[in-house]
Amino acid sequence: MLQTLFEPAAPAAVLPPAFARWFAERGWSPRAHQLALIEHAAAGESVLLVAPTGGGKTLAGFLPSLIDLAEQPARRSRSLHTLYISPLKALAVDVARNLETPVAEMGLPVRIETRTGDTPPGRRQRQKHLPPDILLTTPEQLSLLVASREAPRLFGKLRAVVLDELHAIANSKRGDLLSLGLARLQALAPAHRRVGLSATVADPVYLQRFLVPQPMQGEALSALVMGAAGAVPEIAISASDEYVPWAGHLARHAMGDVMNAIRASKTALVFVNTRSQAERTFQELWRINEDNLPIALHHGSLAPEQRRKVEAAMTRGQLRAVVCTSTLDLGIDWGAVDRVICLGAPKGAARLVQRIGRANHRLDEPSRALLVPANRFEVLECEAARDAVLAGELDGEAQRKGGLDVLAQHVLGTAVAAPFNADDLFAQVKSAAPYRELARGDFDRVAEFVATGGYALKSYDRYAKLRRTPEGMWRISHPRVAQQYRLNAGVIVEDPMLDIRMQSKGKPLGAGGRVLGRMEEYFLETLAPGDTFVFSGDVLRFEGIRENAAFVTRTHDPEAQIPSYNGGKFPLSTFLAMRVREMIADPAKWGALPNPVGEWLRIQEYRSIVPGPGQLLVETFPRGSRRYLVCYPFEGRLAHQTLGMLLTRRLERLRMKPLGFLANEYALAIWTLGDMRGLDMDRLFDEDMLGDDLDAWLAESALYKRTFRNCAIISGLIERKRPGQEKTGRQVTFSSDLIYDVLREHEPDHILLRATYEDAATGLLDVARLAAMLKRVKGRIVLKNLDRVSPLAVPALLEISKEMVAGEAHEEILRESEEALVKEAMRLG
Amino acid sequence: MDEMQIVVNGETLTLDPGGAAWWPAHGTLIFSDIHFEKGSSYARFGQHLPPYDTRTALNRMVVLAARYAPTRIIALGDSFHDKDGADRLGERERGILFALGRSAEWIWIEGNHDPAPPAWLGGTVTSEIRVGGLLFRHEPSPTHIPGEVAGHLHPCATVTRHGRSLRRRCFVSDGHRLVLPAFGAYAGGLDIREAAVRALFPTRYLAYLLGARRVYAAAAA
Repeated sequence: MLQTLFEPAAPAAVLPPAFARWFAERGWSPRAHQLALIEHAAAGESVLLVAPTGGGKTLAGFLPSLIDLAEQPARRSRSLHTLYISPLKALAVDVARNLETPVAEMGLPVRIETRTGDTPPGRRQRQKHLPPDILLTTPEQLSLLVASREAPRLFGKLRAVVLDELHAIANSKRGDLLSLGLARLQALAPAHRRVGLSATVADPVYLQRFLVPQPMQGEALSALVMGAAGAVPEIAISASDEYVPWAGHLARHAMGDVMNAIRASKTALVFVNTRSQAERTFQELWRINEDNLPIALHHGSLAPEQRRKVEAAMTRGQLRAVVCTSTLDLGIDWGAVDRVICLGAPKGAARLVQRIGRANHRLDEPSRALLVPANRFEVLECEAARDAVLAGELDGEAQRKGGLDVLAQHVLGTAVAAPFNADDLFAQVKSAAPYRELARGDFDRVAEFVATGGYALKSYDRYAKLRRTPEGMWRISHPRVAQQYRLNAGVIVEDPMLDIRMQSKGKPLGAGGRVLGRMEEYFLETLAPGDTFVFSGDVLRFEGIRENAAFVTRTHDPEAQIPSYNGGKFPLSTFLAMRVREMIADPAKWGALPNPVGEWLRIQEYRSIVPGPGQLLVETFPRGSRRYLVCYPFEGRLAHQTLGMLLTRRLERLRMKPLGFLANEYALAIWTLGDMRGLDMDRLFDEDMLGDDLDAWLAESALYKRTFRNCAIISGLIERKRPGQEKTGRQVTFSSDLIYDVLREHEPDHILLRATYEDAATGLLDVARLAAMLKRVKGRIVLKNLDRVSPLAVPALLEISKEMVAGEAHEEILRESEEALVKEAMRLG
Repeated sequence: MDEMQIVVNGETLTLDPGGAAWWPAHGTLIFSDIHFEKGSSYARFGQHLPPYDTRTALNRMVVLAARYAPTRIIALGDSFHDKDGADRLGERERGILFALGRSAEWIWIEGNHDPAPPAWLGGTVTSEIRVGGLLFRHEPSPTHIPGEVAGHLHPCATVTRHGRSLRRRCFVSDGHRLVLPAFGAYAGGLDIREAAVRALFPTRYLAYLLGARRVYAAAAA
């Protein structure tokens, strides 16, 4: 273990007098981890600091830089000393502001600036030539900076890089991008050290590896400093012994509890999992908000000005509660927040800790949280999550391999900065932890892809973006390529969105109106004129889509249908799923559950069985004219959905006549006309379903096409923007589906399809998790043929299914539309 | 197979799910907006779309030509994505197109993307042509011309069922005139609810959506 345990060092030994005085004047004493970071910096070592919120983590990251800068007041030429990178630009701005305080109070000669997408071009230009001492920015800006011609001069004297909220970014495509940017920085400024700041994580080794360049063989880890643990949080679960709903996600029954918790708090953050849930919760709370407490709404679809207004009101302490989604998981520390309310399933222990931490400003005070499960399964999930948090156990995420699409973007960026040698770049890329296992063949294919598209048919050689010089260097073929790179850099891809606009009264459709926000096109496409939905706290009537906007009018329909539009669909974490399975399997633990939930499990045990922790329970039963198969893998909705697609294909072949299925976080239910009692379940759930069946389904899957679209955009195959024009999301989607079809037909082994598969396997389709589950339950499937529905199956059956049987579903939709037309035409009178 | 037959200005046409119209009375097969070499057109400016769009379109055309054995083929314009498109054809594609060109009498309607298809293709090049009760041109005219068969708009329709929606290329007709879907593999689409389509049809009109094996009719608005 590389963890360094420091004796509580005498501050005087480490802190320069001016700094020691500053701490003393404020009545503070430096924390052990702050001093530890100073010592690691003095030794030139990179270090990961893992500490809970409220431990002076950010200051710890900057202290060594401030000390270093204070000791060399007469730096002859201005050069960048420390680069700080945050996943959120608002956080970068906030940290810059907070950093000014010690700098001003100690009178340090340190210039601090931020650089984000909002920084005016003039200042950005100046920053390249006359850099500040400390620059605070985002991963996207870092990749643009290292791709600029000025990079060698700008970063030549860089001494330190501080990576904030590293846990929130490392295991994502933005993390891939960041790791590649850091690899390039390493080449530009070999002497710099890095500091990673992270919330408590299950596996810090992953982040320690991320922080430092990896050798060709073996691995390198940064040092590790663990901050003192904070006070144990106080977590209450709102669950009644009278009534716990069987299904649903809205927790309508518990709104009184939520309102009381808000009343008892200075300011509360009310976290929910989806935007539609946020809208509904906001409405429900205002319905019972008799004291007119200022309660606001914050989610990713609202217009940016509106979100900024809410954030500003929070900063001024004017709000008593904000109903929000993961948009506020990270961000500026609002001192007034003294309680966090989590509505619905926590999904993961680490996510819960992160959210609870938003109500924690001092290490020695416990943060207070209220968990509000919306149904019986969520009660189990909340209990399991609370146990895990109190036991200090967290979910370790599966660690992703660096995306080939992100690599393609980086290869182009590298060429934009200066011609490169492929051997050197390959070595540099492999030093980035997510890419340490990259094969040379794949790297070369990615480079070919960037140069000419990488097709077997070499027809684009004359239109190459990169060309090889006689000296064996790759260089861009035209200055236009650099411009295109800069316009399209970044790995955050939005789903195709439409503006939501108010329709002007009495004007033709499309004449309007104020923009209320944006929503995913694929949701809006499913609405018919006259449908109502809740958005931005209002009930809206959908009028129609024109150009790039959906037009709506205000209505007071109390029966507004609630859209299932997404926004933060995290699946239940593997770790938490395991704890829920263990809890269910142990009857001794049922006593602690609310009465209705305990009773539910006891009757399940009597009528069917309650599966052991390693088992997969499969139940069959008839209901109406249909036969049902319900299984309980607890692997999250995405993996269950993929399983559902694959099983219905098999059942089709077994002539079971499957009619449909539905997947939720815990279970999968399939209904058929055929009698499934005699099926060999070990055969049905055999891992070999991940072969041809998966392949055939992928060809048609809308989720898979969405994944392809993201990879095509990130890799630069499709450009979001061209000089002088911006493609809207709508145009991009349509053409990416066409490109997908053509590419799959003619070159199924293309590197971009590989990138798509690798992405989908851990992302939208969760194939990786499904594969692990099928392996785990092999030989442990317990089949119960019942004569009627079991208690455990009820929640699944109560949910409305929108999925239809795979394959023919598309034609079915077309056929039914036509039938409706025929009926209309044939009606007499 | 359920064939979709419609009557346009008194002439009976078969709408093929492959995106072409077949006019049995005149042995004529009709394609629109093939946009050959759209992929390479983008590639010239650094977007290296898979260079197989022309091949895909040609493969489908060969299948349709074999199915109907037309004596005449009409391409309703924008057959090439741009005026240099023909020069960028691959050797194999050029061969297939050449053979197709010799298999029937071709009429190349001039489009806005391809004012002049290359001479080596053979066939007749014209801005419009009247045959029987039908008038073939590229862009639908703003005034109402009975029997007009045109392309240009790349119509697409969306149907919604069970909370799921599906967007498909489609033919659009009110029985007086017909707009064909784009045939090209990379051709984008225009929703038939947009004003440019609605303006053509003063009364009720239908969309005929391309399914995997047949064409489906749906109310257009």
